[in-house]
Amino acid sequence: MVKAEKEIANRPDNTAFTQQRLPAWQPMLSAGIVIPGFVLIGLAFIGIGVALFVTSRSIEVLEIDYTGEDKNSPCFKCSDQDVKNCVCNLEFSLDSLFEGPVFFYYGLSNYFQNYRKYAASRDDDQLSGDLDAFTSPSDSCSPFDLNGNDKPIVPCGAIANSMFNDTFVLYRVVNGVKKLVPLDGKGIAWWTDYNVKYRNPTVTPLKNAFNGTVKPISWPKPAYQLDTSDPANNGFINQDFLVWMRRAALPDFRKLYRRITEGEYEKGLPAGNYSLKIAYNYPVLSFHGTKKVVFSNVSWMGGKNEFLGIAYLVVGSLCVLMSIVMLIVYAKFKFPEDD
Amino acid sequence: MSFFGLDCVKKKERELERKLRANDREYNLSFKYATNAIKTSKYNPFTFLPLNLFEQFQRIANAYFMFLLVLQVIPQISSLSWFTTVVPLVLVLTVTAAKDATDDINRHRSDNQVNNRKVQVLIDRKLRSEKWMDVQVGDIIKLENNQFVTADLLLLSSSEPLNLVYIETAELDGETNLKVRQALTVTGDLGEDIEKLADFDGEVRCEPPNNRLDRFRGTLTYAGQKYSLDNEKILLRGCTLRNTEWCFGLVLFGGPETKLMQNCGKSTFKRTSIDRLMNVLVLCIFGFLAFMCTILAIGNCFWELNEGSQFMVFLPRQDGNDAAFSAFLTFWSYVIILNTVVPISLYVSVEIIRLGNSFYIDWDRRMYYSRNDTPAEARTTTLNEELGQIKYVFSDKTGTLTQNIMTFNKCSINGKSYGDVYDYTGQRLEITQHTERVDFSFNPLADPRFIFHDHALVEAVKLENPEVHAFFRLLALCHTVMAEEKKEGELFYQAQSPDEGALVTAARNFGFVFRSRTPDSVSIVEMGQQRSYELLAILDFNNVRKRMSVIVRSPEGKLSLFCKGADTIIYERLHLSCSKLMDVTTEHLNEFAGEGLRTLVLAYKDLDEEYFNQWKQRHHEASTLLDDRESKLDELYEEIEKDLLLLGASAIEDKLQDGVPQTIEQLSKADIKIWVLTGDKQETAENIGYSCNLLREEMNGVFIISGNSPEDVRQELRNAQTSMKPGEDSVFFPESTLGKGVKVMADEAVNGEYGLVINGHSLAYALESSMELEFLRTACMCKSVICCRVTPLQKAQVVELVKKYKRVVTLAIGDGANDVSMIKAAHIGVGISGQEGMQAVLSSDYSFAQFRFLQRLLLVHGRWSYLRMCKFLRYFFYKNFTFTFVHFWFAFFCGFSAQTVYDEWFITLYNLVYTALPVLGMSLFDQDVNDVWSFQHPQLYVPGQLNLYFSKKAFFKCALHSCYSSLVLFFIPYAAMHDTVRGDGKDVADYQSFALLTQTCLLFAVTIQLVLEMSYWTAVNTFFVLGSLAMYFAVTFTMYSDGMFLTLPSAFPFIGTARNSLNQPNIWLTIVLTSILCVLPVVTYRFLFIQLCPTINDKVMFKVRQAKATLPPPPRRTRIRRTSSRRSGYAFSHAQGYGDLVTSGHYLQRPALYRSSGLTHTGRTTTGFSPMGRSAGYSPTGRPQNPKVPDVEGTSLQMYRTIKEPSL
Repeated sequence: MVKAEKEIANRPDNTAFTQQRLPAWQPMLSAGIVIPGFVLIGLAFIGIGVALFVTSRSIEVLEIDYTGEDKNSPCFKCSDQDVKNCVCNLEFSLDSLFEGPVFFYYGLSNYFQNYRKYAASRDDDQLSGDLDAFTSPSDSCSPFDLNGNDKPIVPCGAIANSMFNDTFVLYRVVNGVKKLVPLDGKGIAWWTDYNVKYRNPTVTPLKNAFNGTVKPISWPKPAYQLDTSDPANNGFINQDFLVWMRRAALPDFRKLYRRITEGEYEKGLPAGNYSLKIAYNYPVLSFHGTKKVVFSNVSWMGGKNEFLGIAYLVVGSLCVLMSIVMLIVYAKFKFPEDD
Repeated sequence: MSFFGLDCVKKKERELERKLRANDREYNLSFKYATNAIKTSKYNPFTFLPLNLFEQFQRIANAYFMFLLVLQVIPQISSLSWFTTVVPLVLVLTVTAAKDATDDINRHRSDNQVNNRKVQVLIDRKLRSEKWMDVQVGDIIKLENNQFVTADLLLLSSSEPLNLVYIETAELDGETNLKVRQALTVTGDLGEDIEKLADFDGEVRCEPPNNRLDRFRGTLTYAGQKYSLDNEKILLRGCTLRNTEWCFGLVLFGGPETKLMQNCGKSTFKRTSIDRLMNVLVLCIFGFLAFMCTILAIGNCFWELNEGSQFMVFLPRQDGNDAAFSAFLTFWSYVIILNTVVPISLYVSVEIIRLGNSFYIDWDRRMYYSRNDTPAEARTTTLNEELGQIKYVFSDKTGTLTQNIMTFNKCSINGKSYGDVYDYTGQRLEITQHTERVDFSFNPLADPRFIFHDHALVEAVKLENPEVHAFFRLLALCHTVMAEEKKEGELFYQAQSPDEGALVTAARNFGFVFRSRTPDSVSIVEMGQQRSYELLAILDFNNVRKRMSVIVRSPEGKLSLFCKGADTIIYERLHLSCSKLMDVTTEHLNEFAGEGLRTLVLAYKDLDEEYFNQWKQRHHEASTLLDDRESKLDELYEEIEKDLLLLGASAIEDKLQDGVPQTIEQLSKADIKIWVLTGDKQETAENIGYSCNLLREEMNGVFIISGNSPEDVRQELRNAQTSMKPGEDSVFFPESTLGKGVKVMADEAVNGEYGLVINGHSLAYALESSMELEFLRTACMCKSVICCRVTPLQKAQVVELVKKYKRVVTLAIGDGANDVSMIKAAHIGVGISGQEGMQAVLSSDYSFAQFRFLQRLLLVHGRWSYLRMCKFLRYFFYKNFTFTFVHFWFAFFCGFSAQTVYDEWFITLYNLVYTALPVLGMSLFDQDVNDVWSFQHPQLYVPGQLNLYFSKKAFFKCALHSCYSSLVLFFIPYAAMHDTVRGDGKDVADYQSFALLTQTCLLFAVTIQLVLEMSYWTAVNTFFVLGSLAMYFAVTFTMYSDGMFLTLPSAFPFIGTARNSLNQPNIWLTIVLTSILCVLPVVTYRFLFIQLCPTINDKVMFKVRQAKATLPPPPRRTRIRRTSSRRSGYAFSHAQGYGDLVTSGHYLQRPALYRSSGLTHTGRTTTGFSPMGRSAGYSPTGRPQNPKVPDVEGTSLQMYRTIKEPSL
């Protein structure tokens, strides 16, 4: 027996793995699976497509450009860069109830928030309240890390520096009387941004944390004065700041400005005339950008986007069409079974 | 185990003539000849790191990634963090270095082993034991029996009479019979007298080191006399001393200058054709990468001019960079980002897959040979997929196709055939291991290893059938075998050819034991009775005579001539009375030949005393003639060898290795061409060609090229071409194709099947550059080719020739040192292991114990490896191109700023974690059909030979497919996300959400594509695929979690992205849409393709599906039985026999029990005559078969009786 064992000392193990006999499922693209599969997928897609399309149709959107390039535009006067603190009024009217909740966005175009150097120009340590990063901002913020006097800029970087600073006030014009529409600026940023990602240094008062630093060059006031009325909306956790810092993926984008949910506007904006008072500060004409305001409501699938519904319909129809083609080919040529 | 080093060292300067003086080291050292040390290793501990790194960075891929790394540390350019490149690069370098180190340690070890062997050297008048490596040219060394020859030696003296030594040259030329070398008398007289040897101061002048094994020229000047030296006095390194107590030799060439080392061919690093294709593709990809980067850089330049310059409010330019400079930087930034088209993980994965598939070969039990406990071994782990593309197989014969064992299988005595076993119904039975063997216990002198199954023969012997007795008496007397009886009753035969040994052994077992011989007598034991025959003459064998006779006088005084030889020759010399017996015997001979047996016809005649005396007188006169002696002798022989009486015929099986004919049949079904390159002579090779199915009776023609001049050979080749392709005119080769650039010769279709046999000397002409194309063309038109009498170097030349002009993958298989050169030359070298000589195995890429495993290696492992590798490459390129192209499209929307689409972590982990295991799983487990079906349909192998699965075209298709997928993967999310918001109105079109969405879509799309590619879903695959997806989500949620961000805020800026976007229905709808849109065209295309023009794989897979549960019937392994009019009567060695030595007298003077070693070496097999199982067939009743001859046979026996010749 010992001898026998010795003789087969080098014999490989007889396992399914070593002998490549692992049990396996060997699917094949057979007509019985492919054709019904395509039909099913196609029908499902058409179904989803119809639902999406109908939903998207039901979403109302109102877009108004206020760049002021056009001479007839009320904001034309502000398009001249020399005019400071320019204010313009945008009038519009609604024929029917704009169903709520209504979201109020501002939109920019031809604006490259996704430009690599722009995108990298921030200091995450600083923005998460790290005081060391206040005094020595990261190199990535350059050239917005130090001002001319080598004082650190807080918040540093191009993104923060270029924060959108137009402000809007919406009035409902009832019988010639402007009635302020309350705008809700709370909770417009991501919960995680507000609670985790961005934090003010744990220094009270907040102002002291900024000792020895300077405000970003384009900012009218330092970060700790963004919203002095509400400490929970001040500094780095200011909602508008947070929205701006979540930079857009594409050069045309819109960002949430306010929500219209309060009081009599809970159900939406009633039909009538409205006037939007715009503090026009943000320069976009130099790079052929445009600015707009957007009022929109949403559905379960988010904002208005007809593409998805149409795409589903098209792909679903294609699936069905292909299944018919395949069926014809299969019936006509079939799989040649002889060798 | 022996190892003589594998790599040849480059020659420094040309040596014109070698001069050396024995016992004069000082004088010899002045020429700076190489010592006997060999070195095949590359590194030592100090040079390892720098040299190895230097070598590694010579590989384009490594250098390229190093370059990328440099780019990444430049802040202006760096678009990705350095760790994305460093981690894989370090991994690759370490793994490769470790592998190189182990390889080199092994080489050191084997070098040391060989260099440190001991040999006795005569130094300072004393014999000292020295290491091989310290032996120098001009030293005198003493070799003992069974020792390897240390260096190329001039034989000085030996223990044997006439200064003979016996050597086995199997390691050198594959011939297993012993060869004789003889020293000059003048040196032979030195004997073993150390004083005399130490005084020996002969000077040798000879040719410089070269690789010709069969030639040596030189002179020895000693004591004022000049003696010429030739090959007969030289012992070459690589030989083994046999049956010789001791010998002394003078070292002529050492170490790398020995003929063995000169013959070993250069060892080159082998690459697979996929490797070469990949190199080309990678270069193309680099070009394409540069092209993409240039486009993007130009785009950036324009963008900077038109947009960027105005965007300065928000992003001022630093240091006044202008657009052109920015474009320049962008170019390099994109080089970094888009480098994933050629990720380093491609190289790592390819190596892993090859390693895995090599392990499968090592593990395969069906390539394990239990008889000598040898598993198959993949010695090179980088060539697997090439095994699936073999078009030409070059095989050695002896030891590879045949076992080099001759067995006496059948005979026909007086018109009755013996050797087959019948059952009681008269059915002929297949002989297996279980068939009952004949019991030879009645004969105490029988060889226990001899096996015979037909009891009828032994019965006939016992019944004292006179013809049967005469038959075996002839076999016991008519030969030149030497017997040795170390102990009483233990006989060992030394035969010059194994055939003769087999015949004498057969006679021995059937009771006619050849016991000993003197120059003029032969002692045999006939049925237990000692009888001594007077040996009067040996009419020896030669190539023209093809027969051999002895004239003996029996103890009773009867004079007889016994003759054995080729049937055609003997038949011409038979007495007329034999004609009826001749017919019956011819029938048997046809049957034997049909089974591939080697046949000999035996005949005898009684001689008249008076006539013989007169003949002998004339013979004596003729043999002392000075001119024309040969022809006079021939005439005399011719005169006496006539009117012979036919006794019968013997059939010897040159035992094939198991399953050789079946394997060859399978391989030829797989469209693999098999060429046999053998050192054997033409007839033997041809015979084996027939018996192993390489040449067939049904072939339209077998051409034999044996011309002795270039013109003859050319004419023969042309004739062959004309008969294969009659339509073609006489201008065979337009000169234009013989131009400088190496042309690729296309395969030509020929009507019918042809075979080609070419002789060694013809081959030498055919391989000359003026004729090689003609030869190759003819040879390639034939189905199979046999080259005989080829030298090791010619073997390599043939392989090189095919490699040079044919774009095909070649495989060489062999077992001896003579095959090393071709094993190294071919794309794949396979060594037969488990034998004594290990050279072939050591230089091979794969080794296993039996030729028949080749079909499994190629048709199963090779095919799968190729399939897997191609699938892997196609998929890998697809997934990386898709991944990368998305960046390209995004560039148009981010100002060409080299902003990545995906999260940096995703880029790092994509190839390493998220997609690595599923594709590896596919490449390690995938099989289209299982091994049984692969054997059933060898045609499945053909796509590999045609490079169908992965080629430039397939690659281009991949790239197009990726292009489509990347468009879908970028623009669908783009359109779906553009201007949209979350269900609660918050932002979701931000960069981070977009990145997450795109990368998730990408991962789903490539995973589903993999699902489509995979045809063999094991649990492991499923686990890998689902596991990797799960891993992606787990890692993503972890990376984007609060905890990770809080520990390192700047490393994990994507906090919360997953939570905030993956809970949106429109995100998931987008993912589903992109996935479906990516696979929709693929599925449609494939389905239609299968329906309209299915490939062989599709057909077989379909068949498998239909036969699902039922396995295909095991391939029938019927024994090939047919009769043949063609046969080889060859049962002798090709050299002149020992006849002269036998009768010379000197040879036999030493005592019989003197020698220390047994003569058991019948060949290189260690198993000797142990039974080799035939494949199938057994007695269905399970009972022992009736040993009695069945009735049917009885009647036929009677029929023969009636035609018995009165003269017998």
